[in-house]
Amino acid sequence: MTAPVRVVRLRDWADPVPPARREVLTATPETPAPDKPPLLFVPGFGHGAWVFAEHWLEHAAERGFAAHAVSPRGHGGSDPAPRATLRAYAHDVVQAAAVLPRQAVLVGHGAGALVVAHALARYPARAGVLCAPVFGGWPTLGLALRRNPFGTLPAAFGGAVRLHRRQLFSRELPDEVARAHTARLGRASARAQWQLLRGRPPEHPVGDPPILVVGSPDDRVVPRAALDRVARRYGGAPLLFPGMGHDLMLDARWREPVDAILDWLEKGDH
Amino acid sequence: MSPSTDSDRFDPSTTLWRDGRPVYDRRDTVCVVGAGASGLAAVKNLREHGFGVDCYERETGVGGAWNWRHDRSPVYAGTHLISSRPLTEFPDFPMPDDWPDYPHHSQLLSYLERYADHFDLRPHVWFGTEVVRVEPADGASWDVTTRSAGGGGSERTHRYLAVVVANGHNWAPKMPSYDGLDEFRGRTMHASSYKDAKELRGRKVLVVGGGNTGCDIAVEAASAAARCWHSTRRGYWYLPKYLLGRPTDQVNDRLLAARLPLRARQWLAARTLRLTVGDQTRFGLPAPDHRVYETHPLTNSQLIYHLGHGTITPVPDVRRFHRTTVELTDGREIDPDLVVFATGYLPRFEFLAPDLLDADEHGRPTLYLHAFPRQHPTLAVAGLLQPDSGLFPLVHWQTVLIARWLRLRDRDVTRAAAFWSRASAEAGRRYGRARVKDSTRHWFEVSHVDYLRALQRALDELTPATAGSAR
Repeated sequence: MTAPVRVVRLRDWADPVPPARREVLTATPETPAPDKPPLLFVPGFGHGAWVFAEHWLEHAAERGFAAHAVSPRGHGGSDPAPRATLRAYAHDVVQAAAVLPRQAVLVGHGAGALVVAHALARYPARAGVLCAPVFGGWPTLGLALRRNPFGTLPAAFGGAVRLHRRQLFSRELPDEVARAHTARLGRASARAQWQLLRGRPPEHPVGDPPILVVGSPDDRVVPRAALDRVARRYGGAPLLFPGMGHDLMLDARWREPVDAILDWLEKGDH
Repeated sequence: MSPSTDSDRFDPSTTLWRDGRPVYDRRDTVCVVGAGASGLAAVKNLREHGFGVDCYERETGVGGAWNWRHDRSPVYAGTHLISSRPLTEFPDFPMPDDWPDYPHHSQLLSYLERYADHFDLRPHVWFGTEVVRVEPADGASWDVTTRSAGGGGSERTHRYLAVVVANGHNWAPKMPSYDGLDEFRGRTMHASSYKDAKELRGRKVLVVGGGNTGCDIAVEAASAAARCWHSTRRGYWYLPKYLLGRPTDQVNDRLLAARLPLRARQWLAARTLRLTVGDQTRFGLPAPDHRVYETHPLTNSQLIYHLGHGTITPVPDVRRFHRTTVELTDGREIDPDLVVFATGYLPRFEFLAPDLLDADEHGRPTLYLHAFPRQHPTLAVAGLLQPDSGLFPLVHWQTVLIARWLRLRDRDVTRAAAFWSRASAEAGRRYGRARVKDSTRHWFEVSHVDYLRALQRALDELTPATAGSAR
């Protein structure tokens, strides 16, 4: 279960997250639909807003949604932040959401889904979507160590997690494309990586937004059991896209999950 | 987008009658009085909990006191926040993090306007409409009579499930009375009508009142006026806006986070002030007659600075006015040609019968959590608080509590009854360490942490029944 929302937030008041310049990429629909909420995509650790700019932003805009992607500090084109915490990442998401003209839908991927879960406790989103959510904990580390020991171990000493392209993409994605994407990956701060293991659980979302969990049973970063666990936390079951890798928005069949998310948003009148 | 005509929204077939006048039944809709910060938070949080809302606002825009265009707005050109940004913003809609620590009032207004647009609140607000009467009706519902704010036009009455009163408490000036004030030939004004330092230029100004407004205006007069006297009744602690390199309220909350007891915090604050500001009596100010944090904090970095420059002359209380001079309690006479009374405001609820809010002989309501009157579970007051932080975080959770309470009443009668019997027993409790002074204002001062902890307990009590079922 999620923890109840805290009302007394001495830490946030006494020690506010310092400002940072944030990269926000945007795709605007040609004919804006007033009934469709703006979307804010949040990339996972090491990823930047660019991962959504490849396909998903344009696609969402074609379907009438104003689509934005924010790089949390230290990621993509945002200011470097080697000592950033999960709290700072969630702050960046809430800040990016609050400047949008209307109440936004937050869509987080990977560890970005955990960042979104924390942001949902600080911003009453229209809806929340958690794609291949990495909510952390020791089992995640165990799996990562088994799948990719040399990419994972350095993180224990403050180094970067190096994800292998076969963890991130299915074999349908041409090798050179997968290599090019993997080469663009950066890293999250060491503190945030540790918080992924031992951070406090996200508080309950404010305003009780509907939450959708999306993933792939063939994801080599997030096991099926973890998907179910996150979905259960929000009282639902995950929407599954077999045969896809962890990076749903870059993989060969990127269209299916984003269409499913947009269908869910349209159908649910969120 | 505002609805074009009344008939779009009000179904005439549901008309009831009261004293021979028609009453339009709005059924499960909640009425919010005022579209200032507290009213907007109430509209947003009631909507979030699934209620229909009609909000009545006598002005033509949102923002209430923070909208300088409003004739009841107390802000003047140089108004800046006195609590820092993180302690002032709504907890679920932060101000931009590149704004200054203490934003200007125009930024506050743009923030409230963005809040209204972001959460699409304007369609629920009836602008230019003022509330004339709020009267209890059948089955705990309320009849709200409104008319267009110009004074013309006919009155209309609607019946509501509940009423949230958010009409603000910084608009009805509290004017002091002095002997001889009538015969005084100089100009006198209340701080509420002070708008710009231009009005002080070249004048000999006496500012009466040691509150935050009084200090701010004294500082403006120090630069603009020919002469400035600042009259205060007692000694206060003047906290600078920055202490130890951080906004002062953030330093205090850091000590609170470290779980330092009040006495230790008071000692540390007094010590730090002693080391940085020094002995206040050197500047001619009376020594504080209370400990730090015991009354609403005065946050002003420039007052001491101007006292040190001699551009503000501190004087004691006024004894009486003469034709051209003002006599002080120490016998001195001064000759100001402009007197600004920064003597505060009084909460007023002219549209409510005083007994509805359990008002005592001084007109002070007796409320649970400064929000709920004991006898009327579907009436609530939002934002009647004077916290040692910004108001918005408190009023946000207060209106969430009001919404959850109305939901629970609707869903679970037994739990609602249990909550209410506990709540009504706590009516009138105070949430802070402010010593009860003989003042019409101190009674609603709260410590933000004490008050929010009490709100958290009440929220937790109401939560299980609403979680997951609100949609």
